[in-house]
Amino acid sequence: MAERPRLAVIGAGPAGLAAALAAAARGVHVTLVDSAAEPGGQFYRQPAPGLRARRPQALHHQWRTWERLRGGLDAHLAAGGVTHLSDHHVWCVERESAGLTVHALLGPDQERPAAVHADAVLLATGGYEKVLPFPGWTLPGVVTAGGAQAMLKGGLVLPGRRAVVAGSGPLLLPVATGLAAAGAEVAALVESADPKDFVRRTRALAAQPAKLAEGAGYAAALLRHRIPVRTRHTVVAAHGGERLEAVSVAALDAEGRPVPGTERRIACDTLAVGHGMLPHTDLAEGLGCRLDGPNVHVDDEQRTDVPGVWAAGEATGIGGAALSLAEGHIAGRSIAARLAGTEPDPRAWAPAARARTRTRAFFAALEGAYAPPARWAEQVTDGTLVCRCEEVTAGAVRRAVGELGAGDLRTVKLLTRAGMGWCQGRMCAPGVAGVAGCELAPGRRLLARPVPLGVLATQAADAPDEDTSAQ
Amino acid sequence: MTNRLCDVVVVGAGMVGAACALYAARAGLDVVVVDRGPVAGGTTGAGEGNLLVSDKELGPELELALLSGRLWTDLAEELGTAIEYEPKGGVVVSATSEGLTALTELAAAQRAAGVETVSVDSDRLRDLEPYLAPGLAGGVLYPQDAQVMPTLAAAHLLRASGARLETGRTVTGVLRGPDGAVRGVTTDRGDLYAPAVVNAAGTWGGEVAGLAGVHLPVLPRRGFVLVTEPLPRRVRHKVYAADYVADVASDSAALQTSPVVEGTAAGPVLIGASRERVGFDRSFSLPVIRALAAGATRLFPFLERVRAMRTYLGFRPYMPDHLPAVGPDPRVPGLFHACGHEGAGIGLATGTGHLIAQVLGGRAPDLDLAPFRPDRFAKEAAS
Repeated sequence: MAERPRLAVIGAGPAGLAAALAAAARGVHVTLVDSAAEPGGQFYRQPAPGLRARRPQALHHQWRTWERLRGGLDAHLAAGGVTHLSDHHVWCVERESAGLTVHALLGPDQERPAAVHADAVLLATGGYEKVLPFPGWTLPGVVTAGGAQAMLKGGLVLPGRRAVVAGSGPLLLPVATGLAAAGAEVAALVESADPKDFVRRTRALAAQPAKLAEGAGYAAALLRHRIPVRTRHTVVAAHGGERLEAVSVAALDAEGRPVPGTERRIACDTLAVGHGMLPHTDLAEGLGCRLDGPNVHVDDEQRTDVPGVWAAGEATGIGGAALSLAEGHIAGRSIAARLAGTEPDPRAWAPAARARTRTRAFFAALEGAYAPPARWAEQVTDGTLVCRCEEVTAGAVRRAVGELGAGDLRTVKLLTRAGMGWCQGRMCAPGVAGVAGCELAPGRRLLARPVPLGVLATQAADAPDEDTSAQ
Repeated sequence: MTNRLCDVVVVGAGMVGAACALYAARAGLDVVVVDRGPVAGGTTGAGEGNLLVSDKELGPELELALLSGRLWTDLAEELGTAIEYEPKGGVVVSATSEGLTALTELAAAQRAAGVETVSVDSDRLRDLEPYLAPGLAGGVLYPQDAQVMPTLAAAHLLRASGARLETGRTVTGVLRGPDGAVRGVTTDRGDLYAPAVVNAAGTWGGEVAGLAGVHLPVLPRRGFVLVTEPLPRRVRHKVYAADYVADVASDSAALQTSPVVEGTAAGPVLIGASRERVGFDRSFSLPVIRALAAGATRLFPFLERVRAMRTYLGFRPYMPDHLPAVGPDPRVPGLFHACGHEGAGIGLATGTGHLIAQVLGGRAPDLDLAPFRPDRFAKEAAS
């Protein structure tokens, strides 16, 4: 019997799971490589089993979609069509003449190597939060909105007692209501955009009744928990000695500048701040995939321009779980057809393609409406750290631009060390680019995570269970 | 001349262009530096910042290195901290007794030419470098080897020069008068008039020469650098294996790696060096990275558990005889070249800039420029 074609899916979130199920159902052996202990990604993040959560669905919407994915995955795992490698942290995908090799480190220490060989790879690497600096943002008690949500979903831990949720974008709503539902007092939801703009500017919303209903649900929850909402406001500073004690909030004028005299102080011990998401593209960049702005470029079948490499979900553009599911499904079907040596028929995935078109339009409108205040970087004082790993201040970045002739993110990094530390600029690049007044160019991080030199120096051992497809 | 903007246009805002600008300005010339990218956007920003005499065989490059080393020492008094100048010395080691014999012979010849060298026995190596692998045959200490942070060095030399800096501006042509002499350059944002143009475009120096209608065979030789997590100082010198010198001098297009390991002021350990002639191919190569890691961990076993944080690549400006082009181009009056330094451009920048400033000012250069003549490949081009 001929070996089944092998697909390695990197990331077990909505896109990766949808692709794995679609490909496995069509005879492809799928190895699902993921850094977490449980499948689901950020969106369907699962509580640690040891916590014995009674109603994990309380913190999730679309729980039935998740149950369907989980059921499908379990069936394929039992039948041997899918292998799930958890706690595998991928640092590189290597393209060789014989196919592709996914190189990973085993968690949690990330010292031992594993390798998965495949005929095709799907990059479903998701996204991460965009963090923008402001005076006081490094105080303990200041967390990202997604971080607060992950704590709620994964650990069921209440991060603080009196919280302010701030920034811009639709993620702020579930974070605020989730915190309130978990028993925190949410002192304010501070949104720098005016969501009325969004409703005015787009008809895309009308095509998304589910999104409208979702929004209405959050509005009701905000009311129920008596969460004060301030739109066209921003947090100008966080205050505290050892840790966060209060934030200053101000109204924004039409130019995106805080209006003098509108500042007020709100006492809180937690600030969850979010400014949207950015795609994870390190592995794609290492492979040499073309990017469109920050996103991995894909065609209608979700293929990148590198043969054998597909991408789906947030990596190709931030668009949420529904878009990730549609893209993952299309990718899985395309991969199955291509690995069987046939031309895929796009009519077979027409419903998913329609959902993809609709949702992309919706998120394009969303991105236009929910942007950080245009002048946010002016609020970052010279003494504010912009790169935490290397402790680089906004003043140092401004000097590199003003006095040493830096005009792009790479030169700023080389002159100041901003972005050279542990996070390799993943956290700080948007903030540094904003303060420097230059474009947020891709970082070209060829190693997607730190790798021990001893691992690099020796050929990685193959993952023990990767060859089950031949059985 | 009408519309004369300045005395000299330097094409290239890398390390060599910065040094040319600095010494020309200090000789009283009015300088404009133009680059299509940012400061240090080419090979300078992708290098380790080596100021080496240890890897130079006898000849004109070694003389240029010794001159450059003296000039770097002077500059370090003004700018040392800002450019992270570290006179840390180099240690060349050999695993075998045959290798050590060859290394010792090279060191003796270098010493006769004015290089400081100290032979180090096998049992004394670990006094210099406590974390070196045991069992090495021996080595040579080169106290004159030093390091700078190359991007900082280029930026601070440019700033100290007072030259007008035009980054993000692409030179599209070389203007020449009826007599054939240089009158300036054309760019994508207007012309820059000057009676002298210095080609300090590094790996892209052949293209700039081509704009003036002359042949200069500068070719890219790709190299990767691996950077570790920041560490307390464990590697004190620049440490490399003796076969590095042979790799530098090699003409092979195939991949060569020889371990070069050094700590930095900022904490991370830098690991080189690979050499490949693959054109301007920017794709990642895991086999090269693996070879670099293997070489480094053989020299320093403690590195096995240390994490590589990032890797980057650059293109050394390689010339067929491994010597740079420095000096006036007899084919085009007013055109000067200062490029093609391969992997030694940071170190050789000061000497190059100093010599260029001398010939720009019509003075006799401190070194004979004949071996660096830019037209020395003319026959090869005609054939």
